[in-house]
Amino acid sequence: MRKIVKYVVADILRNRTVLVYTVALFAAAFTVFSLEDNNSKGVLSLLNIILIIVPLVSIIFSAIYVYNSSEFVELLVSQPLKRKTIWLSLFSGLAFSLTLAFFAGVGIPVLIYQPNLLGLTMMAVGSLLSIIFVAIAMLATVIIRDKAKGIGAAILLWLYFSLLFDGFVLFLLFQFADYPLEKPMIAISAMNPIDLSRILILLQLDVSAMMGYTGAVFKDFFGTYSGISFSILVLMSWVAVPVWYATRKFNKQDL
Amino acid sequence: MRSVLTICCMLSCFFAAAKTITVGKGRAFQTITAGIAAAAGGDTVLVYPGIYREKNLLISKSLVLKGIDFPVLDGEHRYEIISVKASAVTVEGFKLLHSGVSSLEDIAGIKVYDARDVVISNNILNDSFFGIYIQNGTNCIVENNLLTGTAKNEQQSGNGIHSWKCDSMRIIGNTVSGHRDGIYFEFVKNSVIWRNKAQNNIRYGLHFMFSNDDMYVSNIFENNGSGVSVMFSKNIKMFSNYFAENWGDASHGILLKEISDGYLQGNYFEKNTSAVYMEGANRIRMTYNSFRNNGWALKIQASCMDVELERNNFIGNTFDVGTNGTLVQNTFNNNYWDKYEGYDLNKDGKGDIPYHPVSMYSMIVEKYASAMILFRSFITTLLDKTEKILPVLTPENLRDNSPLMKKAF
Repeated sequence: MRKIVKYVVADILRNRTVLVYTVALFAAAFTVFSLEDNNSKGVLSLLNIILIIVPLVSIIFSAIYVYNSSEFVELLVSQPLKRKTIWLSLFSGLAFSLTLAFFAGVGIPVLIYQPNLLGLTMMAVGSLLSIIFVAIAMLATVIIRDKAKGIGAAILLWLYFSLLFDGFVLFLLFQFADYPLEKPMIAISAMNPIDLSRILILLQLDVSAMMGYTGAVFKDFFGTYSGISFSILVLMSWVAVPVWYATRKFNKQDL
Repeated sequence: MRSVLTICCMLSCFFAAAKTITVGKGRAFQTITAGIAAAAGGDTVLVYPGIYREKNLLISKSLVLKGIDFPVLDGEHRYEIISVKASAVTVEGFKLLHSGVSSLEDIAGIKVYDARDVVISNNILNDSFFGIYIQNGTNCIVENNLLTGTAKNEQQSGNGIHSWKCDSMRIIGNTVSGHRDGIYFEFVKNSVIWRNKAQNNIRYGLHFMFSNDDMYVSNIFENNGSGVSVMFSKNIKMFSNYFAENWGDASHGILLKEISDGYLQGNYFEKNTSAVYMEGANRIRMTYNSFRNNGWALKIQASCMDVELERNNFIGNTFDVGTNGTLVQNTFNNNYWDKYEGYDLNKDGKGDIPYHPVSMYSMIVEKYASAMILFRSFITTLLDKTEKILPVLTPENLRDNSPLMKKAF
């Protein structure tokens, strides 16, 4: 397995896309921090990068990469290797290299300008999001065999998680405004990894506003150790469940 | 004529020289009660260190009661420790423990009844119900006292420094914590609250009711249940105070309710859920205040009129201004807003396009509090930007016509 992971990582790193992604992240993070006169505004811009750009790049790049390496996968399958090993190695390689890119691109500026809990949360959340969207992309590719359709599905999934879902939640909020929605909101936010990540950062960033009654409910939940471990567990399962399902599907698939 | 009077005065002083009476172990008197009984008006009663359990000490003569090295007066959870019922009394340098608690009477550590020119300074009060209570006092000074309460809830606790129906009070340099309200003013006129510190009180750090023509300067209000509240008062001046970390939905840096002709200058608001909350406030002028990292810098209800904001700094607040209606009768001018995205072509230091400090999302959160969970998501940012271009929900008139490009101070 380690050999295949190594090969995948080497292949991805040789591929210029990830390098360009790293440099772009690095440049963007440095500019937002040095342009704004106060760091918290830089953090806000960076928040948008982490919540929008990182999932987008992760999901589309992974989808394209998996489709492009279908011949390589077929070749590996013909070898005396378990299918599970092949698939998981592919996933690990992708996840590792994209997380590495994120760490190099965003981590260094954050460590320089925001070496605090907020910066750490952003790093943790960003790398988890990278991995989650690799997992989701792999699930999409294993279900949809057609490349064009698959990439389209990946883009739609990203659109769903970063925009449509929130629109839906906002709609629900307006419709059920007369009911106490604080607790259901926590459950609903668990259904979208981007939302969950955003709330985790929000609790650091807008703590004063979050201390209002409703916010205090969220703060009481997400701010405690059990809440944080719940969030991390949910984010982890956003990796585990798609990967597990995709692996099962790949095991039985007629290539 | 005047010189004759002066000479008479000096002579009378000379003949009726004030005595000093000492109280303590191995002194002239063993108990303070006995010491006070022996003293005449104008005398000084010096109390040496020790623990005194004397139930209620009643002072009905003008004398100076002075503790040396903080002698302890214990109220045994039953008594009002010192009651002052004469004018020109000084109580200084005591440590008062465990006053009584009552829900019928307002028992206090030190209570002043209908007197003038009373000075209460340098005392330490621990675990008292009401701390220092001035009832119908004139020209009294409460200075450098340290009050620590053990209040658990609003019903069964008293205020730190409580003034009722007073005139010309000076409350200076006290530290109050663990009471219901740190400092409470009701029907108090022409008074000054200066350099006090009120923190961790259950309700308000400072509470004004029906008190006109007062001023509070350079105080620190931190971590109180719901900040500072100024209600039903006129002509209050609030200068250079520090309001921090008043967290909670019903919590504010300052609550200004039904007040008129107030003036706020040079105050610093940091990390409050809402720094200033105004309701039914008229003719309030706010200049040179700093708002940093608050949830809402300003919540201004549509019931306010003629509030003027000029040259304030708004930095790092989640929402700059929140309101509940579209009627705006207040003016914003020359403030610095860190969220301002305009330009300054003629380089006069003022932005060329007006700034709308009410964002659409703050209107939504005002109506649907749970929507806070979607804050800073892609869709809400989109909504905010759209609203900026085509205002529908946000009040069009609530704007700063010439926002500053650089900090006001």
